[in-house]
Amino acid sequence: MNILDVVECVEGNLLTSTQNTDREILYGYSCDLLSHVMANARSNCVWVTVQTHLNIVAVASLLDISCIVVPESIEVEETTLQKAEEEKISIIASKLTAFEICGRLYDMGVKPCK
Amino acid sequence: MKRYIMEHTYSIEAGNYAVAGEASSSIKGLLKKLGIDGGIVRRMAIAAYEAEMNLVIHSVGGSLTIKIAPDELLLISEDGGPGIADIDLAMEEGYSTAPEEAREMGFGAGMGLSNMKRCADEFNIHSDAGIGTKLQIKIYLK
Ligand SMILES: Nc1ncnc2c1ncn2[C@@H]1O[C@H](COP(=O)(O)OP(=O)(O)O)[C@@H](O)[C@H]1O
Ligand SMILES: [Mg+2]
Repeated sequence: MNILDVVECVEGNLLTSTQNTDREILYGYSCDLLSHVMANARSNCVWVTVQTHLNIVAVASLLDISCIVVPESIEVEETTLQKAEEEKISIIASKLTAFEICGRLYDMGVKPCK
Repeated sequence: MKRYIMEHTYSIEAGNYAVAGEASSSIKGLLKKLGIDGGIVRRMAIAAYEAEMNLVIHSVGGSLTIKIAPDELLLISEDGGPGIADIDLAMEEGYSTAPEEAREMGFGAGMGLSNMKRCADEFNIHSDAGIGTKLQIKIYLK
């Protein structure tokens, strides 16, 4: 699936401009502890996290993570969105819980990172 | 003496989360431009980020240096304190002295040093309590 498919699957809103829609998303990872993400997330994966500060963009960019999904309609800082735009990382807001987001993505065939 | 064909040093400020990660991003960009294998770039990016965040969170400030030779990459992290009293304890996964503000941001899982070690072909850490910490991470290119 691509980023727009992820948006649809999690009933989300794309908070950044549309980019990288050609990138195929095969894997998913969910964790709010950044060293766990550094250790386990694969490139081109979707990352589900409640963290919304600037540093999540650096983490995503260093690991070539395609998109970040923020659950429970948590507001994302403007500085984070600007940085994401620069780094070409998509950020999606969803009203669903992290559990349901992961469940739905899993059902659509998105595989765990390990 | 190893001959390095390129070397770059970044100064890292303590507590400045707003620019944290920029040195690592720059290192990653540099390695990518040199056409270095993607898997190796990724390992160095992870190690550099963990080292950079440790300087931001735990040290009084320091520097990150990347040195590039035809057959190896060397990352050096150096700071001016406070040093690590018990390195074996610090290396244990899950051990962290990160302050509450860092933990709220998702730092402080206590996995940074072990992530660096896992990414490295050679990992060296030296610390003097009260003086500072020096870390060397080597990744072979051949
Ligand atoms: N540059 C440093 N200066 C002082 N202490 C450090 C430094 N780097 C690491 N430490 C100590 O080692 C511990 C473990 O580091 P790490 O494995 O990166 O986990 P974390 O950063 O999540 O705490 C830190 O909590 C800190 O006590
Ligand atoms: Mg750390």
